[in-house]
Amino acid sequence: MNAFIKSTKEENEIVIIETNGYLNNDGGEAISAICYEKIEAGQYKFLINMAGTKVVNSIGVSILIEIIEKLQEVDGKIGYYNLAPIVSKTFNIMGLTKYSTVFESEEQAISGL
Amino acid sequence: MKKPSVELKLPILPNMELIATQTAEVIARHMELTEDQGAEISMALIEACINAFEHSKSDNNVFIHFLIEEDSLIVKVIDQGIGFDKTKVEIPKIENKVGKEERKRGWGLQLIQELMDSVEFESNNEGTTVTMKKNIKH
Repeated sequence: MNAFIKSTKEENEIVIIETNGYLNNDGGEAISAICYEKIEAGQYKFLINMAGTKVVNSIGVSILIEIIEKLQEVDGKIGYYNLAPIVSKTFNIMGLTKYSTVFESEEQAISGL
Repeated sequence: MKKPSVELKLPILPNMELIATQTAEVIARHMELTEDQGAEISMALIEACINAFEHSKSDNNVFIHFLIEEDSLIVKVIDQGIGFDKTKVEIPKIENKVGKEERKRGWGLQLIQELMDSVEFESNNEGTTVTMKKNIKH
């Protein structure tokens, strides 16, 4: 497993990916590889726990936009929780919150996705 | 008295922008900026460095100058690339990217402008200097 991916688990038919470190091109590709594999297997709901990711760049976040686009094709959803304030602000500026959801906690994310 | 400054020379290698952000964090602490202010400077700096690395089409180094003023921090990111025409850079909108052919990237300048208090670009065929300013609000 890529070092950026700390863990993956499934709960209530939601794939939960926990990240660790800098969300750059490599980090984004690591998330998308898991999502695309799960989509192929018929799973369409994803949550990203970003507690371990305090720094992002726009290239890594752009890969999340690609995942959003892929999920639209299969009526899927993606959400995020445990975001650092600057990560949340970046998602807002780039408009991700128009197509996906930021949650406060894992509990809220699992029930709200 | 001469105002304090810090200068970095970064090779164009993967993730070198993080050296710049580590320096920015130290300066932000020295200037007693809030965590949010420091994080915004770091994020803008990451984007400016990536632009310099990716778009300068140059193998030369990228230079970062931090100028510590009484009421602001000025950060200059200087590359020796081929330059760019800012008037030809479109403001990105996610609505034009999701489900469309438009490439998903191209957010750097927009983020820099949103996160900093002022941004100036000087560019010609010998390089680009991005000057970003964060006003200090204690």
